[in-house]
Amino acid sequence: MIVLSSDNMRILKELDMVVFRNRLKEFAVKIGMGLVNQTKLITAASELSRNMLRYAGGGTVLIEIVNGPQRQNGVRVTFSDNGPGIPNIEQAMKDGFSTGKSLGLGLPGAKRLVSDFDIKSTVGKGTTITIIKWKNG
Amino acid sequence: MKLDTAKILQKRKKQILELWMKNQLVDFSLREDLMSNDELTVQSEELVDVLLQTLSGNNLEDLQASSLEAVHEVLEGISISRAKQGYSPRETGMFVFSLKDALLSILAQEIKNDPVQLLDESLKVSKLIDSLGIITFETFIKGREEVILRQTDEITEISTPVIRVWDGIVAMPIIGTLDSSRTQVVMENLLQEIVDTSSSIAILDISGVPAVDSLVAQHLIKTVSATRLMGAECIISGIRPEIAQTVVHLGIDLSGIVTKASLASALRHAYALLQLEVKKVVAK
Repeated sequence: MIVLSSDNMRILKELDMVVFRNRLKEFAVKIGMGLVNQTKLITAASELSRNMLRYAGGGTVLIEIVNGPQRQNGVRVTFSDNGPGIPNIEQAMKDGFSTGKSLGLGLPGAKRLVSDFDIKSTVGKGTTITIIKWKNG
Repeated sequence: MKLDTAKILQKRKKQILELWMKNQLVDFSLREDLMSNDELTVQSEELVDVLLQTLSGNNLEDLQASSLEAVHEVLEGISISRAKQGYSPRETGMFVFSLKDALLSILAQEIKNDPVQLLDESLKVSKLIDSLGIITFETFIKGREEVILRQTDEITEISTPVIRVWDGIVAMPIIGTLDSSRTQVVMENLLQEIVDTSSSIAILDISGVPAVDSLVAQHLIKTVSATRLMGAECIISGIRPEIAQTVVHLGIDLSGIVTKASLASALRHAYALLQLEVKKVVAK
């Protein structure tokens, strides 16, 4: 996969999420992503960045435009934090499971909204989630 | 003989001020529209006064000296007030840096026989003004940030109006991101308005909300529940096609809530609930 352009941002407060979402939209518009896919990508990113802020106290996001198979462009977003980590990923990916008082749809919902979803987490070290949304995916 | 720069400058205070004012007045970035020349003179005089008073051989060498705090304070005051008045960073910077020219030319007149010492003292003065310049910029930006924060607050205040659409129907258009603090304001305003107007139907229009994620949905569900507890029915309108698809994929269940695509159809639904009819008048 070839990275065409990228941007790094830190998410430390709720206001950063607004800036991040706008930046992500710029990237999605740049590759000509349709409105529905744009909204799906932004919503998924919003869920994941909020998780990062809420459970890990913040972290960094990397937005990239990647060129994938069949020469299709897409946006890849990597969320990394140094938070407490997720002890049971399988459980966390289930609908309705939440250690906070939320709906418990953030992680599983985000997975359904994007084309590719990868989660790695080490307890005590942190969590890294990578999502890809293809232009027509 | 060792010359004392601080003393020299104190002695020539009047000329320094005159020269500085002259420098400022000829500069093309002078903003007579923002501040009158008299005000500018007062401001300049205040700064020169406090600067020369606190200046001594020691703090000319050590820029961190606590004795310079008084100068910093005056400078910060000027800088913040300029930021709020709408000065550009360049204009604010020039205010301080033009003082350097005045100080240096006075210094050159006084120590004209000893080039080595002149260079030495000029460098010191130069460094001092530079550090004052940095402080000016720091506070200038802080001042600007305060302006932005105040505006953010104002936007939150004005962006959640409750509109009385009809007898017993209130509507609230939400524009912008719905975060926790915003939801609180929305809910409070809406519930209060329901009480004040004794309305039985509330319409929450989310056409202006850019993204609906699970937290926003949760906030909406809570608002609807609270409205129902007050004995009113809550309709959510302005669900755009892309939002509808996203909500379905996220797995959020909004089936217990009356949702409409547009404010018009929400209003029609509200009229139906109140058994009202909107009819075209047929001309006879």
